[in-house]
Amino acid sequence: MDNDIRQGRAVVLLDAKGRIIEDIDTDQIFHNAHLHITDIAQMGPLALGNLEGWKDFAKESREGDILIAGRNFGAGSSRQQAVDCFIALKLGAVLAPSFSAIYFRNAVNSGFPVLKINVLDALIAGGRLATGDTIRIDVRSGRAENISRKTVLEVEPMSPVQHDIFAAGDLFKYGKVLG
Amino acid sequence: MGRTIIEKIIQAHSRDEAAAGRIIWMDLDVRSARDFGGPNVVKNFEKEYGGAPPADPAKTFFTFDLCAPACSLKYADNQQACRDFARKHGIRVYDVDRGVGTHVMIEEELAKAGGTVVGTDSHMNILGAVNCFGQGMGDVDIAFAFKTGRTWFEVPESVKVVLKGRPAAAAGAKDLTLFLCRELGTKKIALSSAEFYGEAARNLDLPGRITLCSMITEMAGIIGFIPENGPIAADADAAYGAVVEVDVGGLTPQVAVPPSPNTVRPLAEVRGLRIDSGFIGSCTNGRTEDFARAAEILKGCKVKEGVMLKVVPATRRVYEEMLERGILETLFQSGAIVVNPGCGGCAEGHVGLTGKGEVQVSTGNRNFPGKQGKGQTYLAGPAVVAASCVAGAIAGPEDL
Repeated sequence: MDNDIRQGRAVVLLDAKGRIIEDIDTDQIFHNAHLHITDIAQMGPLALGNLEGWKDFAKESREGDILIAGRNFGAGSSRQQAVDCFIALKLGAVLAPSFSAIYFRNAVNSGFPVLKINVLDALIAGGRLATGDTIRIDVRSGRAENISRKTVLEVEPMSPVQHDIFAAGDLFKYGKVLG
Repeated sequence: MGRTIIEKIIQAHSRDEAAAGRIIWMDLDVRSARDFGGPNVVKNFEKEYGGAPPADPAKTFFTFDLCAPACSLKYADNQQACRDFARKHGIRVYDVDRGVGTHVMIEEELAKAGGTVVGTDSHMNILGAVNCFGQGMGDVDIAFAFKTGRTWFEVPESVKVVLKGRPAAAAGAKDLTLFLCRELGTKKIALSSAEFYGEAARNLDLPGRITLCSMITEMAGIIGFIPENGPIAADADAAYGAVVEVDVGGLTPQVAVPPSPNTVRPLAEVRGLRIDSGFIGSCTNGRTEDFARAAEILKGCKVKEGVMLKVVPATRRVYEEMLERGILETLFQSGAIVVNPGCGGCAEGHVGLTGKGEVQVSTGNRNFPGKQGKGQTYLAGPAVVAASCVAGAIAGPEDL
């Protein structure tokens, strides 16, 4: 299968009132009480463990799930575990209108797809994107669709550097390609 | 086209054209890791590069500041893994006795004006206070930086933030910073380099600059600079993504209420809220001047029965200055708990967490849900924290 294509179940991070959650902080993604963990396999079960309403996320997530969150996802600390916990769960991608700078870099460097999605609020308010929908994204071109609803999603493609690192596997492998 | 501060610093470290929006390769003057992140850096490094040496051990450092000294076997093991790696490769360790890594770098002049410094601390951009480009990064980035001495970076846009007016005398650097967290939110300088101009910025002393620059992360910015009268000036024709004016005239003390550093209210709106604990320290307010301000208020007073005040100096040097100036004695006599330097009080490190229902007023920089435990954290400057601990409720010095 083409590595650029990500297809999976959408999981939309909504709060108790049905609103998309913005400014999700790295302590909500992977709490600082677990920062002694260095083995990626142990990080998966702790993903979103401190995000109100989503504490069972790790148990309920499936391989290939595409996580969709509000703007400024990954605010706060520099911990790589906040990316690695999703890699451990084999998620397909995270989509958000924007990411914190450090979080975005950490994901790019680990070869994990994080992509910007536009007009997210309107999609959710209009009932045109919900948890359980199947979505398909070409990370290189940004072409994306909601297969369940037969609608197009506005996803920004990876930048050339992001895609180069992604295609190599991670920053280390990319560094070896560069020589 | 002229250059902004960040463009100038990056350009001096890159062979690529360092204009906003471009992705360039940047040489790094200092590459560092702390005790959170550091063990993963070592693990990544050894997995990818085996026993090969880092690009330049003299530019590579560890700074242990989070769990100092280690309070559990896991952290002890992690720190020792870093020490062993450091010994093998001739890397200097600023160990658990030294304090907050970014502050040690300023004191030791590893962070220089115009320099580039990376580390596994998301508040590494505090180094903007000394006109240095500091950037927090994850353990993959830092392992790569250890090995190659460089990193890729998207040159950020710059936003000019012009502060208008003069804050009231009762408002300190933290009050100004919290007010900017409110006014700039997480959008106005997001993913940008902020340059602060105007009298209120210009008048900040180094500890005040550290306070402001330490919370650029909470405003979702890349870094902040206070260029006026400094060693690096932006060109007159530099291009800015935006110019934002903020009126700080007559600004009074501010408090960030849960759930975030950006939900900020004037002290007057939260005055009287009962507290259980106070904390003075952190990379935001851990300088001698911060404790001196607290000591002025606590001199001859007692922390109210039933309230605990935790004090954590930023560095060993700060601790020494507090000792010499009698600040330690004043804080001790007031009933404060004074511990060794470091990042205690922010992460789950060596200074107490909050329990369910506990209300804490803190000079730290984050009060996201669960960050310091299950309690509710309010962020304020040292004067408000000190006064609140005497009053047993959120208060300013004028309330005592």
